[in-house]
Amino acid sequence: MAKCPYCDFNSHVAASIDQDRWQRAYLSEIDRIGAETRGRVLNTVFFGGGTPSLMQPELVAAIMDRIRATWPTANDLEVTLEANPTSVEAARFIGYRNAGVNRLSMGVQALNDDDLRRLGRLHSVAEARAAFDIARNTFDRVSFDLIYARQDQTYDAWRAELTEALSMAVDHLSLYQLTIEQGTAFGDRYARGKLRGLPDEDDAGDLYFLTQDLCEKAGMEAYEVSNHAQNGSESRHNMIYWRYGDYAGIGPGAHGRVTIDGQRYATDTGLSPANWLEQVEKTGSGEQSRSAISGADQAAEYLMMGLRLRDGISLARYESLAGKPLNTNNINRLADIEMVSHQGDSLRCTPNGRAVLNAVLRDLLPD
Amino acid sequence: MPIDQRPFPPHIAGIMTDLKNIRNFSIVAHIDHGKSTLADRLIQLTGTVAERDMKAQLLDNMDIERERGITIKANTVRIEYPAKDGQTYVLNLIDTPGHVDFGYEVSRSMQAVEGSLLVVDATQGVEAQTLANVYQAIEADHEIVPVLNKIDLPAADCERVAEQIEDVIGIDASDAVQISAKTGIGIPEVLEAIVTRLPAPGGDRDAPLKAMLVDSYYDAYLGVVVIIRVIDGVVRKGDKIKMIKTGGAYGIDRLGVFRPQMQDIAELGPGEIGFFTASIKLVRDTRVGDTITHEKKPCVTALPGFKPAQPVVFCGLFPVDSAEFEALRDAIEKLALNDASFSYEMETSAALGFGFRCGFLGLLHLEVIRDRLEREYDIDLITTAPSVVYHLHMKDGSMRELHNPADMPDLTYVDHIEEPRIKATILVPDEYLGDVLKLCQDRRGIQMDLTYAGSRAMVVYDLPLNEVVFDFYDRLKSVTKGYASFDYQMIGYREDNLVKMQVLVNDEPVDALSMMVHRDRAEARGRAMCEKLKELIPRHMFKIPIQAAIGGKVIARETLSAMRKDVTAKCYGGDVTRKKKLLEKQKAGKKKMRQFGKVEIPQQAFINALKMDD
Ligand SMILES: Nc1nc2c(ncn2[C@@H]2O[C@H](COP(=O)(O)OP(=O)(O)OP(=O)(O)O)[C@@H](O)[C@H]2O)c(=O)[nH]1
Ligand SMILES: C[S@+](CC[C@H](N)C(=O)[O-])C[C@H]1O[C@@H](n2cnc3c(N)ncnc32)[C@H](O)[C@@H]1O
Ligand SMILES: [Mg+2]
Repeated sequence: MAKCPYCDFNSHVAASIDQDRWQRAYLSEIDRIGAETRGRVLNTVFFGGGTPSLMQPELVAAIMDRIRATWPTANDLEVTLEANPTSVEAARFIGYRNAGVNRLSMGVQALNDDDLRRLGRLHSVAEARAAFDIARNTFDRVSFDLIYARQDQTYDAWRAELTEALSMAVDHLSLYQLTIEQGTAFGDRYARGKLRGLPDEDDAGDLYFLTQDLCEKAGMEAYEVSNHAQNGSESRHNMIYWRYGDYAGIGPGAHGRVTIDGQRYATDTGLSPANWLEQVEKTGSGEQSRSAISGADQAAEYLMMGLRLRDGISLARYESLAGKPLNTNNINRLADIEMVSHQGDSLRCTPNGRAVLNAVLRDLLPD
Repeated sequence: MPIDQRPFPPHIAGIMTDLKNIRNFSIVAHIDHGKSTLADRLIQLTGTVAERDMKAQLLDNMDIERERGITIKANTVRIEYPAKDGQTYVLNLIDTPGHVDFGYEVSRSMQAVEGSLLVVDATQGVEAQTLANVYQAIEADHEIVPVLNKIDLPAADCERVAEQIEDVIGIDASDAVQISAKTGIGIPEVLEAIVTRLPAPGGDRDAPLKAMLVDSYYDAYLGVVVIIRVIDGVVRKGDKIKMIKTGGAYGIDRLGVFRPQMQDIAELGPGEIGFFTASIKLVRDTRVGDTITHEKKPCVTALPGFKPAQPVVFCGLFPVDSAEFEALRDAIEKLALNDASFSYEMETSAALGFGFRCGFLGLLHLEVIRDRLEREYDIDLITTAPSVVYHLHMKDGSMRELHNPADMPDLTYVDHIEEPRIKATILVPDEYLGDVLKLCQDRRGIQMDLTYAGSRAMVVYDLPLNEVVFDFYDRLKSVTKGYASFDYQMIGYREDNLVKMQVLVNDEPVDALSMMVHRDRAEARGRAMCEKLKELIPRHMFKIPIQAAIGGKVIARETLSAMRKDVTAKCYGGDVTRKKKLLEKQKAGKKKMRQFGKVEIPQQAFINALKMDD
């Protein structure tokens, strides 16, 4: 396994994984968090962040069993697993389905072999298509990710690639503009001026608006900045993040937002898998930090996440979290230049506003 | 300066030095030709400073001097030299700055001494400040000893440079001393030349005290320290003295000499240079060139005095954070204590709030003061466009000085405007002459003279100062690859077609960017300014017109297009914390901007917008 050069996810590399030890650690973490959140209804599970498709289906099954034994689950529990589109991983799909996974999200990333190589991916387009076909026949719901605004990618090339992607897609598609993250191989290369051919702001804007346009015409409007779905096929798990609901993080490098006794906490666990494992075994908890989040911070996080959604946020909920309303002058100024629209309790970005969400947030977030 | 606690050698403590055993001289040269390094060697060879305390350019003790490797303040040192004739001489040397902005330091230093060592870099030859300094030395009736420096370098060409000195300057260079201030070659010969070729000072020990106030500076421990040159009479610790021009009367607390540490001394007699302190609170209470005498038995005639240094370049200094205004006031007052050539008055700007309009001797001086304010006092500053002093001749016959373009009155009251002009002397190798002439011509220059000295041309231009304060220096350096040298003198005021150009960002005038320009140059300036601002102002969520205008008439215009895309592609449960930190950081960055109507302009834009690169 190789680490991808653009990714800041916790995709650590291990030759062989001692699945037994891991299983014990995961189950003990579920027990620990379960005890703190007893009685709450669980709606979604997401096996993601890195390379969960390296997990044996048996481990997934054991985790799902323990989850079901710990929390009352919704009737339509959504269980997503992120997978790389390789034949090795595709061979496990049936096992995952039997373990309870009902949605597969596949990191295809590009439909062009040269670019896959440049992104440091080890699969080919042909392999990805084959894996995707297997996924489609195995799971009720499938989605795949593409990264665009890549080095030297032209407007026309992306139009062709996206058109092809839309013809493959079932009901959900994630389309991310390549982001150069600090601390990744791309970040280093970029800092050294060695990452050429990336689009400038105007070109990136053109690619973004082309994407919105093509997807809308194909009936896959964006419900979030980078996520497109037919109505009703949105990722319910990710919607919890954007609607700022509660989620528990289990495993190395996992973040959580959990309400315990009426107080909301931010939790995280150690990034290094080996250390996480050892910590869980030695101390009975993988948690690295837990801090109470103030009302103001919760409101800020809600605003940041919620405005990513087509449907925006509720101003009343913002106010109840923050303890005071969002500044009306700021809202009006942004409404005047048509970056946001404000109707009753709802505040959402216009399509142009969503494209410059960071600027909108810099204006809206209180000092 | 820390005080030297060593016991005084007997010849300093008591017996006065015989006049014939004193030599006073300044070391003058073009910038970087090696004055301070030569001073080092003289100090070292005479054992004035212990070997272990020596460091390069010892006298350049201000941080800014050491950092930039240049001299800004003139410095005096007393050294003793046992000469070949068996007698020990007291030498008072004054190391002077080479940069044109600090020419005033050179001219007043020269008034305090009888001779000059004219240092010329033997690899460079005669440069513009070499000339300027030599003319001043001649005017001050100095005996001049030419010194050819840097002969350790392979490019040194003593013969050619000696010839140049004779041709261009017209002084005898046949017995120029050839030295390397770096390696020490020729230093004993310099010391001998000082003793044998420079005159001893005159003066009457028994006459009433007459001393020249050469300089003064503020010391945090001692208060104001006054540097004097005694002409006649003797001054002692405890004496009651008065200053003729300012009328101030004081009792002398400490009397001493610089070696270069301060060392107390019992008395200073004719021909000697030293310092005193006298519970003087402000440098402003002293005036360079003033005559100091005894209160009881004063001298009859005062010294002619010097013209005070006039600030020629003005700009506004504003704190980035308006809460730091008081801190800025404090810092400016403290700096002004020590630098009488720098002037300031309070200013308010619609765009920038409260600040100060400050006057400087030149752009380097401006830069140095700004640097010191930012570093020593830790205040972030916005600097507005440098401007010169215009003379506004009003319809009612009166004349007003305009220091700040923002204060330009309604044109209906103004009859005509005059601007300061300079005489610029530029020395340049022949191959770059064409570019230099073009530059001067573009800057509205009038050629006054063009002569040759070997393969170098000497051009003299009459130029408007306002064309020089922008970036003339930088342009000159770049078109001549650094081979030109430049010196200037103010020559007076002349009427011209001058107008005030305003800059409007999103239809709001930004007063801090207003400037006076020549009407014929206004379009080009305006265009350059708008283009520059378009680069410097970050995109906003809406498009922003940037205009330059004269009166109500727009003469240049650019449009900054709206931001197209700025959104994080991937933001899930694990990204919230980091993303929030990032936004907070960006928000803090916004605080470093100035709000003009709906537009935010970074401070850096104010500084950089004025760096025109034609
Ligand atoms: N090779 C060589 N370098 C020298 C010699 N004398 C001075 N320099 C170098 O020339 C540079 C300028 O020397 P300074 O002594 O600071 O010159 P200055 O004339 O005092 O300069 P300003 O005070 O800024 O006008 C320094 O880098 C010195 O080390 C010399 O004899 N030989
Ligand atoms: C957690 S997200 C996937 C969520 C998934 N699309 C879903 O609907 O459940 C991970 C994806 O982010 C994308 N990604 C990771 N790093 C990226 C980067 N630096 N720039 C752009 N996209 C990136 C990749 O496409 C990767 O597959
Ligand atoms: Mg010097």
